[in-house]
Amino acid sequence: MSSVAFNPEQGKPLHPFVTFTLPLVAVFGALLGFIGGQAAGLGPLEGAIFGAVIAAVLAFVLTRFLPRKTGRWGAIAVCVAMGFFAGGFAGAVGGLILGALLGWAVYWLDTGDYRRGVPPYATTGQVLWHNSFKFICGAIFFFLIAPIITIIPLSFNAQNFFTFTPEMLALDPAGFSLKHYQDFFTNDAWLQPLKNSLIIAPFATFISVSLGTLAAIGLSQSHVPGRRAIMAVLISPMIVPLIISATGMFFFYSQMGLFMENYLGISKSLSGYIKVILAHAALGVPFVIITVTATLVSFDQSLTRAAANMGANPVTTFFKVQMPLILPGVISGGLFAFITSFDEVVVVLFVGAAAQKTLPWQMFTGLREQISPTILAVATILVIISIALLTVVELLRRRSERLRGMSPG
Amino acid sequence: MTLKTTLIATTAFSLVATGAFAQDMSNDMTIVSWGGAYQDSQLKAYVEPYLEAHPEVNVTWDESSAEAVAKLRAMNEANNITWDLVDVVASDALRLCDEGIAKELDFDEVLAPGDDGSTPTDDFGNLLINDCFVPQIVYSTTFGYRTDMVGDTPPTTVCDVFDLEKYPGKRALQRRPIDNMEWALYCDGVAKEDLYDVLGTDEGQQQAFAKLDTIKDQVVWWTAGAETPQLLADGEVVMGSTFNGRLFSAIVEQDQPIEMLWDMQSFDLDGWIVPEGLAPEKEARVMDFLKFATDTQRLADQAAYISYGPARKSSAPLVGQHASLGIDMAPFMPTDPANATNVHNYDYGWWADYRDDLDAKFQAWLAQ
Repeated sequence: MSSVAFNPEQGKPLHPFVTFTLPLVAVFGALLGFIGGQAAGLGPLEGAIFGAVIAAVLAFVLTRFLPRKTGRWGAIAVCVAMGFFAGGFAGAVGGLILGALLGWAVYWLDTGDYRRGVPPYATTGQVLWHNSFKFICGAIFFFLIAPIITIIPLSFNAQNFFTFTPEMLALDPAGFSLKHYQDFFTNDAWLQPLKNSLIIAPFATFISVSLGTLAAIGLSQSHVPGRRAIMAVLISPMIVPLIISATGMFFFYSQMGLFMENYLGISKSLSGYIKVILAHAALGVPFVIITVTATLVSFDQSLTRAAANMGANPVTTFFKVQMPLILPGVISGGLFAFITSFDEVVVVLFVGAAAQKTLPWQMFTGLREQISPTILAVATILVIISIALLTVVELLRRRSERLRGMSPG
Repeated sequence: MTLKTTLIATTAFSLVATGAFAQDMSNDMTIVSWGGAYQDSQLKAYVEPYLEAHPEVNVTWDESSAEAVAKLRAMNEANNITWDLVDVVASDALRLCDEGIAKELDFDEVLAPGDDGSTPTDDFGNLLINDCFVPQIVYSTTFGYRTDMVGDTPPTTVCDVFDLEKYPGKRALQRRPIDNMEWALYCDGVAKEDLYDVLGTDEGQQQAFAKLDTIKDQVVWWTAGAETPQLLADGEVVMGSTFNGRLFSAIVEQDQPIEMLWDMQSFDLDGWIVPEGLAPEKEARVMDFLKFATDTQRLADQAAYISYGPARKSSAPLVGQHASLGIDMAPFMPTDPANATNVHNYDYGWWADYRDDLDAKFQAWLAQ
């Protein structure tokens, strides 16, 4: 195949239809048929052959007789009809996706759109790599997101199983229900863990943020001896495998709990909360140190000297000058610390007693023992909370960038 | 005297003082169980009635029975026992009792006599397998199959599981050698009474693995009891083994097209152990609860919520109907004569000796 320059205005095919578009679309159709055929109950080989024939016929008709827009809708209509006869509503949905993909592929290849985005002098290999790269990026995105998206419709299942029932696939309202959400908000087995999570996470976050911010400020001073070593120790909870930290914490906090109960007269329940909060705070500190240290890099130390020069003591300087400027870093560190505590299951399983059972703990046991879709309802809620929190972090980051861009020097 | 010593002294004094005037029973109790439908049945049958009689008591549940042995060992080592009463299967109770982690009990002293006047020892009979374990229920590991995937001739014997021609499709089996190896040998023509003699030899083990090999690529291995009902509901497997109560809830409560196959069901026990080393007031509370929760009426009540047979002989005549669905529970009990025509009595003692060895061989076989 020689590389011929592409002229978008003419929209003329670069390669002869029979040796380029037709075989490629047929191969693509065979691939889709291979997957779709198995779903429809055909054998893989029959599916592939069937798909290849359909795709070839479509490619021929579409490119010869129909303009792009009509042709793509036509391809979708044909595939939906075939899917509907083969597998009812679910088949029609499958056909819709396959038809859209096929129709797009035919024109994409035939009109030379596949060269769009690469310079005209690019070789065949470069064009191939450019498109493979785009495909790989799409696939990575798909594999990251698809498992999370799947749980959302499943959480509205009317049945007590992790199954897309036939009623759900037919979009029958009877197949959907909010009962798993209702279970979450009315069942004590879920409300108590929710309450525990909401007690433990804010306290742990508060401790992480206070200690982490102070540590970051101290460690950013050049005169502190052994800064790197101290930093490494403080960040270690993030690097050491969690199960190892958890095992160590189990024995450490067991002794500490006994001390609190026997010598300080603290009740067993309160000492349990203190243990989990301290353990989670230790896990959150590295996140705060890292984000605050990153913000401090752009902090102008001469501002503190200027404040001192004007008679402010270090505490006033910290709250009036330094803190407002590094606040975005402190807040995003705090959010990470919060999510760490809110999502954490390993350490709490070791350190906590049943009275401190958190939401992830309940999800973990619930998943193992009963596979109840209530877990999916909770997961959906948590995903939404996480998205909200990350949006806040992103907005703060942009704000801080904007401020930094405006500040002189 | 420094401030610190003053503090310690006053704290110590107040501790002694409160200790002297405190009730002799703690009001907090942490119960460890399995979660799910089984824990619900315990809650309804005896925890809620007990709390009604003792409103000052506060019960916390921990669904950690699956790792009870490991966790109790760790707690014992750290001298920090946070559990008061632990629900475990018989084989775990054997280990915990042997290691001295579970407390030895004088059953006739701490348990209630049967309603028919029999002593606890007689009432539980040979289900009392050691000095620590108070059995609550008899359950079985047995098979369920999809009624719409087996054609017109539903399976009738456990050997149909090994018959890929008659019943093509995937099967779910538990990821452990126990039961699977016995079923394999039984279906390879070994007489029921010879199963453990044959399994004790290398040739016998090879024979069992060879039989399992014939279906290996059609097996989905499960580890949690909830997996098989899920796989059956999805139609991913044609048949699968699990605990009979899980199948009951899928069939009766979730209305799934599943049917039970009781042939060669494997009986097992589940019950309570009390951890060694509880504080005296904790132990007093636990013993009070234990006596109540394992009496004749309470064990019979539990059978109204889940299809497991009560461990007391005197409870059997009291088993009635399902609490909310109103159906007769007897046909769903593993111990019902109609279901127990051909039973596999799983041998704890034998498995205690061979478990480690066969576990390793089984894992190696799986990885082949």
